[in-house]
Amino acid sequence: MFAYVVRRVLATIPVMGVVAVFVFALLRLTPGDPAIMIAGDIATEADIAAIRAKLGLDEALHIQFATWMWGLLRGDLGISIFSNLPVSRLIGQRLEPTLALTVTALILAVSIAVPMGVVAAWKAGTWIDTAVMSFAVLGFSVPVFVLGFVLILVFSLSLDWLPVQGYTPIREGFVPFLRNIILPSVALGVIYAALIARITRATMLDVLAQDYIRTAEAKGLATDQVLLGHALKNASVPIVTVIGIGIALLISGAIVTETVFAIPGLGRLTVDGILKRDYPIIQGMVLLFSGVYVLINLLVDLSYMFLDPRIRY
Amino acid sequence: MASTAIELTRPLARPEGGLRRTVRRHPTILIGGSILLLMVLVAIFAPLLGTVDPQAVAPARRLRWPQERWWFGTDMMGRDVWSRTLYGARISLVVGLGAALLATFGGLLLGLVTGFIRRVDAVLMRVMDGLMSIPAVLLAIALMALTTASVENVIIAIAIVELPRVTRLVRGVVLSLREQPFVEAATASGTGLARTLFKHILPNTIAPLLVQGTYVCASAMITEAILSFIGAGTPPNIPSWGNIMAEARSIFQVAWYIVLFPAVFLSLTVLAVNLLGDGLRDMLDPRLSRRM
Repeated sequence: MFAYVVRRVLATIPVMGVVAVFVFALLRLTPGDPAIMIAGDIATEADIAAIRAKLGLDEALHIQFATWMWGLLRGDLGISIFSNLPVSRLIGQRLEPTLALTVTALILAVSIAVPMGVVAAWKAGTWIDTAVMSFAVLGFSVPVFVLGFVLILVFSLSLDWLPVQGYTPIREGFVPFLRNIILPSVALGVIYAALIARITRATMLDVLAQDYIRTAEAKGLATDQVLLGHALKNASVPIVTVIGIGIALLISGAIVTETVFAIPGLGRLTVDGILKRDYPIIQGMVLLFSGVYVLINLLVDLSYMFLDPRIRY
Repeated sequence: MASTAIELTRPLARPEGGLRRTVRRHPTILIGGSILLLMVLVAIFAPLLGTVDPQAVAPARRLRWPQERWWFGTDMMGRDVWSRTLYGARISLVVGLGAALLATFGGLLLGLVTGFIRRVDAVLMRVMDGLMSIPAVLLAIALMALTTASVENVIIAIAIVELPRVTRLVRGVVLSLREQPFVEAATASGTGLARTLFKHILPNTIAPLLVQGTYVCASAMITEAILSFIGAGTPPNIPSWGNIMAEARSIFQVAWYIVLFPAVFLSLTVLAVNLLGDGLRDMLDPRLSRRM
């Protein structure tokens, strides 16, 4: 088992290596001069030269790569062109809102979608099943920001229950925090919930068709014990897998949700980075989010050992 | 004996009333297909549908709510939202279709190569794993930030984002097929690699690719709208659903109708493509249809 953990951890290194090389190559190997591209249309020769020096673009390619990798290994993501601050410090300042948003969306989505999927599979073919499946198709089709606008329109502008936008740090009070975070979390969580509900239903349908479920029912076990103790437990591996894979939807969605709800998080930092053509910020975000994504899926892989005792490596 | 031989070579009987039966069994194909067809017609015939120049600015009639003369109202620069929404359909459909075609053909090519050539497979699939670990919108942003904003570049960026998933799908099909007896028999009887690929492998990838292609199309439309919405997509001089919503974001509280109309059109179109994809999958892979 220990050998498996080590092997699985080592397997993430080439993946992150590819991401790092890709992010490096993206800027250097694009057709045209990246310094001119970043400087924009109204830049002077001096501006372009300054950007080139700042990004180290005037050095030889292999030296650039060595410097870049050495920096990365020490957690140095480069310096923002616009604000002149280290990208890692900018990320530190903006981390909390994004973390709060994605974690709330994750908790909401998982706690609603898994029961939905279980019930849909249990009542397969009934109107409940149809309702859950319709939710799943709709959830995939309505983009995050459209949903965000609709929620603002209904709950903030019409009903006046919740603030329109903004963010309150959790240390300034839990209730104000919750009032601000609830709409963006719902908007963000719906597509994720749609995915989880769909997979939960499909996996549960497979498991419920197994013989041991019939045995459990035949020996008179209560329905909830059959569903949760026997069926859901054995359906947990695919469900946990899709929860891990779906994190990518949350990350992509957070960038947009923060724009709609004016939340000063990493998504805003990314969008500002695009608008100001601050490429080191975008590179930093790609590396950070990919790293988080790979790490979460590593944990998901390792969790199989606990979820399914049959899995022994 | 002769009659048996004829029986064996005769093509299999097609089910009676093929098309009508298919549609009745899979209503989502009909629903999704009709909405999508409507959107395509709207996009093509936008100039004939009571529209004016979508870029025509008229400060005198800014922010008119939907009414008889301006069906969807006017925006903060007095532009007609009805016209802008209709013309915006062109961008969404072109990007959705373009990215789907590009990613599907690219993925087909790479999938066939990786499925048959071991050495390429090891390298290329590691690259694909790396690409897949970058969240889609973020990868598209990173690509768009390095090029000029244009519809062509948006299509290319989104196709690159979707490429790894298509490649994986095709590779999976190829890997499972190349061990099948009929492929081994073809190879044993002296069929060359190219011929095996085109006659035996390629036809079997079409059904899963068609389904995957519709999902790529739906996801490409959403990604395009997101890119335009955050200012990294279609240039502002071309109306797209994403940038119409982006421009109206700051005045959403007073004039939410400007955001609402493109939002409804976008959601409806993506829904149509998703329904079409679900229907196609049910039709082409009946084993899966009961479950998903």
